[in-house]
Amino acid sequence: MINNNISQKDSDTKKGDESVLNRRLFLRSAGIATAVGTLAIGACKDDDDDMTPSTGTTVDLGRDDVGILNYAYALEQLEAAFYEQVVKTPYTGITAAETAILTDIRDHEIIHRDFFKAALTAAAPTQIIPSLEVDFSSIDFTNRAKVLGAAKLFEDTGVAAYNGAGKFIKNATYLTLAGKIVSVEARHAAAISDLITPKTADFASDTQIDTNGLDKATPSATILAAVQPYLKTKISGANLPK
Amino acid sequence: MDIFKIVDEIQKIDGDAMGRLEHATRRHFMSKIGSKLAAVAVPTVFASIVNKAYAQSAGAIDILNFALTLEYLEDDFYKQANGTANLIPAADKVIFTQIGKHETQHVAFLKGALGTKAVAKPTFDFTGKGAFASVFTDYNTFLTVSHALEDTGVRAYKGQAGGLMADPALLEYALQVHSVEARHASIVRKLLGAATGNASIKSWITGNAGAPAAVYAGEDNKTQGGVDLTGLAGKSDAAITEAFDEPLTKEQVLAIAGLFL
Repeated sequence: MINNNISQKDSDTKKGDESVLNRRLFLRSAGIATAVGTLAIGACKDDDDDMTPSTGTTVDLGRDDVGILNYAYALEQLEAAFYEQVVKTPYTGITAAETAILTDIRDHEIIHRDFFKAALTAAAPTQIIPSLEVDFSSIDFTNRAKVLGAAKLFEDTGVAAYNGAGKFIKNATYLTLAGKIVSVEARHAAAISDLITPKTADFASDTQIDTNGLDKATPSATILAAVQPYLKTKISGANLPK
Repeated sequence: MDIFKIVDEIQKIDGDAMGRLEHATRRHFMSKIGSKLAAVAVPTVFASIVNKAYAQSAGAIDILNFALTLEYLEDDFYKQANGTANLIPAADKVIFTQIGKHETQHVAFLKGALGTKAVAKPTFDFTGKGAFASVFTDYNTFLTVSHALEDTGVRAYKGQAGGLMADPALLEYALQVHSVEARHASIVRKLLGAATGNASIKSWITGNAGAPAAVYAGEDNKTQGGVDLTGLAGKSDAAITEAFDEPLTKEQVLAIAGLFL
């Protein structure tokens, strides 16, 4: 099984301690994942044969772990750009406490975005997606309810996206990284909900959390369709594992 | 959820799994899921399937029982708190009722998945052997223990993700619980910051600040994927540590839980 090959090689070089991975090792294991990933296409049961090649107007996220990292990078680009705008042009009546929360979230999303950019540039320089062009023309940035509503949508979408992608990640280091980020997105989602409807159950509402107490885990195709209206750049996740 | 793929994955890990799916053939399972049950019921059905075939791998059972122990702890904690008069202010009751509901659901879900292999519920001492003697009489003390338990839960699930990679369905469920715990942590931390007047306690964890210290050990890490992020995008160390939550090992979590056993 391909997964085992990768983890075997990882553990050979990693000496069992991912936390002390040096930069070179990070690159090397990413390279292995990419190289083996190409071979894996025929071997895996993923029905991802419907390849849509990138065209001049569509950005293809790619396949395997690099594709998932690009997927995360795309979502973080969107979130970072959104909060940059929110902080730059605050909505009418914003409070100091709200500014503090939204500025913190902006900084976290910028850090996530720039982290993925650095990681992908190092690990897969030929496969990293470009900077995306956003389209927030449908959001009235002067209107508190519209801004916070969009923020909630982006945060809940981010949580569901990471939750849905986790099981397809082949490299344990990447899975842990996704885990480190998704819980911060969930913290954001709850904090934003509490600004919209304070002191209610909406921080983890019954529409977001099912009767088993589980948050959403949503396939990439559904997520990408939901966020495409906020992007001028057309994105394709056709080759992502699913 | 791609049921076909999950069943295939089960077969890869445990070649005899289908033989142990006592209820039915794969086709019957699919038709039950497809036609008779609402989408919300699928995880419950799947939990019983997991019990019969999937969680037989020793590693997965250990992880699920570890998670169940933590969920027992949280569930008992909120049951006691929600049942204590004059502890939680009226305005905040809706929040802790919702959190308690989720913890009860997590216990039921994990017990369903583990069946007879589920560990028994331990007896808890939420005063932390006296460290939090006023946990059910003083709201700020209650909030302190609550935020510590939620943040521990987030870190505990995160630490087990790698161990579930061979079990994609279980990994996904674990991630779905993990983000719910993070939502809980976020709101409780906000309440704690407000109740104590400590503006440095935010919905996210800054550096390794927080009590008990063992719960927040290592949260000040700035190295991600082998790269030191200090100074990334011109952001502060505080922001960089807030942007990434850190895992705890099972041993670290059990040491924390031991405070309450």
